[in-house]
Amino acid sequence: MTAAPALKVENLSVEFRTRAGVVRVLEAVDLEVGKGETVALVGESGSGKSVTAFATMGILDPAGRVTSGSAMFGGADLLALPERELAELRGRELSMIFQNPRTALNPIRRVGQQIADVLVRHGGATRAQAPQAAIEMLRRVRIPDPERRARAYPFELSGGMCQRVMIAIALACRPSLLIADEPTTGLDVTTQAVIMDLIGELARESGMATVFITHDLALAAEYCDRIVVMHAGHIVESAPSAQLFAGARHPYTARLLAATPGETDSLQGLQSIPGNLPDLRRTDLPACRYSERCERRKPECVSPLALAKVGERHLVACRFPL
Amino acid sequence: MTAPLLDIGELAKRFPVGRKRSLPQRIADSVAGRKPPVSLLHAVDDVSFTIGRGETVGLVGESGCGKSTLVRLVNRLLDPTDGIIRLGGSDLGAIRAADFAGHPARARVQMVFQDAGDSLNPRYTAADAIGDPLRRLKRLGGAALRARVEELADMTGLPRELLSRFPHQLSGGQKARVGIARAIAVQPDLLILDEPTAALDVSVQVVILQLLQRLKAELGMSYLFVSHDLNVVRLLCDRVLVMYLGKIVESGPAATLFTDPKHPYTRALLSAIPQADPVRRAGRLRLGGEPRSPIDPDPKVCRFYGRCPSSTERCTQEAPELRRLEGERAVSCHFA
Repeated sequence: MTAAPALKVENLSVEFRTRAGVVRVLEAVDLEVGKGETVALVGESGSGKSVTAFATMGILDPAGRVTSGSAMFGGADLLALPERELAELRGRELSMIFQNPRTALNPIRRVGQQIADVLVRHGGATRAQAPQAAIEMLRRVRIPDPERRARAYPFELSGGMCQRVMIAIALACRPSLLIADEPTTGLDVTTQAVIMDLIGELARESGMATVFITHDLALAAEYCDRIVVMHAGHIVESAPSAQLFAGARHPYTARLLAATPGETDSLQGLQSIPGNLPDLRRTDLPACRYSERCERRKPECVSPLALAKVGERHLVACRFPL
Repeated sequence: MTAPLLDIGELAKRFPVGRKRSLPQRIADSVAGRKPPVSLLHAVDDVSFTIGRGETVGLVGESGCGKSTLVRLVNRLLDPTDGIIRLGGSDLGAIRAADFAGHPARARVQMVFQDAGDSLNPRYTAADAIGDPLRRLKRLGGAALRARVEELADMTGLPRELLSRFPHQLSGGQKARVGIARAIAVQPDLLILDEPTAALDVSVQVVILQLLQRLKAELGMSYLFVSHDLNVVRLLCDRVLVMYLGKIVESGPAATLFTDPKHPYTRALLSAIPQADPVRRAGRLRLGGEPRSPIDPDPKVCRFYGRCPSSTERCTQEAPELRRLEGERAVSCHFA
């Protein structure tokens, strides 16, 4: 991509202070998303996918602290912006779809009003225009009978419909960056397909950059241009989706692929990943945080390493790539 | 073929749902002595299937299709409106759901729940959770109970030193093991698995699925496996039932059903599976429209009408019956 990226995260490190010690959740994370590009962040739970998103949006838990890095978005560093300015950007330019629509929606406000609220607060709509615009948004996310559904409370809608309402809220002001945190977990495959098609369509139409957080590699490959694999707070591999599936170069990515049910014909054909994520409170973590689980480990793996280019738009953080 | 373990015949569950009446309507009705009209939600409608001994049957379908109601009927948490539930020759349907919890037959059907975290009592240690059904149903206690709990922990690969921990001190995979150990503690004939790996990472999912397969072979149980994840169903199940709006629309061996789906709904379901390989992605099928209402459905109209890409006039005049095809398959569509 030659044009300036929509979002450029550089050298992002985050730590959480807990009673049990300081947890170094993210270390020197670099992430670029181009205009109109959809990038998937994949990895096991605890690998730092959501923290990356939360830190970028400035909605980290108070226990979390950004210790280094920048997140350039439209000429401004999101990590350095005062909260007031950031709040202006969120909702209009930056948008997020949360994992669980039932807890993210306000349970005692009609869904049409919730969309209208965003339009009034961030979209420059007047109170009089907003309800009609909200219905229009519901229609765009293919909610049948939007006039009636706009008056429903979240509990009156199915999970798939609540998710579509969330998407309508997130996209109401045509953001230039959307972060979708597992937007389809708990949905049926048929609903999932419709929602993913919809996000893709909107991204193409309006040139929206999308960061899509998931642990479903097949889903990421089908809908995203590029996949970024995270392990224990590091980015270990980044490549265009097809390329990653055709030839993963990092041993962890290869292991993730081997654990994903898909093409194999028997359960024995699937392999789990040995070991667990390392304890991120440790101060003696090796430079490659995967090395302690890696069967190809060599003594050199403890010394510092960075993401290196191994192919066209293909980066790997491994001294001995596959 | 020997007699099946579980025999479900023409099972139905209909829930009465009240229609909303305006206040003047309610007054007029009560003055005229009219009873309010009762509508029925057909959650499970005329469902028949069997599960053989040692067989794993997958149950798939969208949320709201009646999977959970069917599971609750088989599990005897709900009383059926109609139909039979027989397990190994005994009539489970005759036992009222309210009496089933303490009934000896309770031990024969056990369940592994969807979210291992939510289905464990937060104030019970792992040992308490696994031992609970043994105390209640097998009247075990003291050293015998402890020995059996430790044996179950070994069988499910849960380290014994974790038995004294509470759910919040266990990882997702460990909680899944506790849920499985609890379910197999009373040596059930039939284990119902409701999305047992939905909340787990892929690498943990593999381990749990392989554990389930090994336990089935060792203990000779049968599984009813409910899941959204069709890739997992394909790997674990011998036979698959596809449910849509309370009815079974297709059934057959997993191997042939996945390679050659007959019902348009099954085809749509399979084409919605995320596919990493772009070559295999061709010809995807997306369902438009909304599902029909399960409340007082018109018996003459196919349940899939309105979303079906290949429906015709005939589908509104005559609902298709589930008919047998070659190779132990069945489908309910006029055009399959």
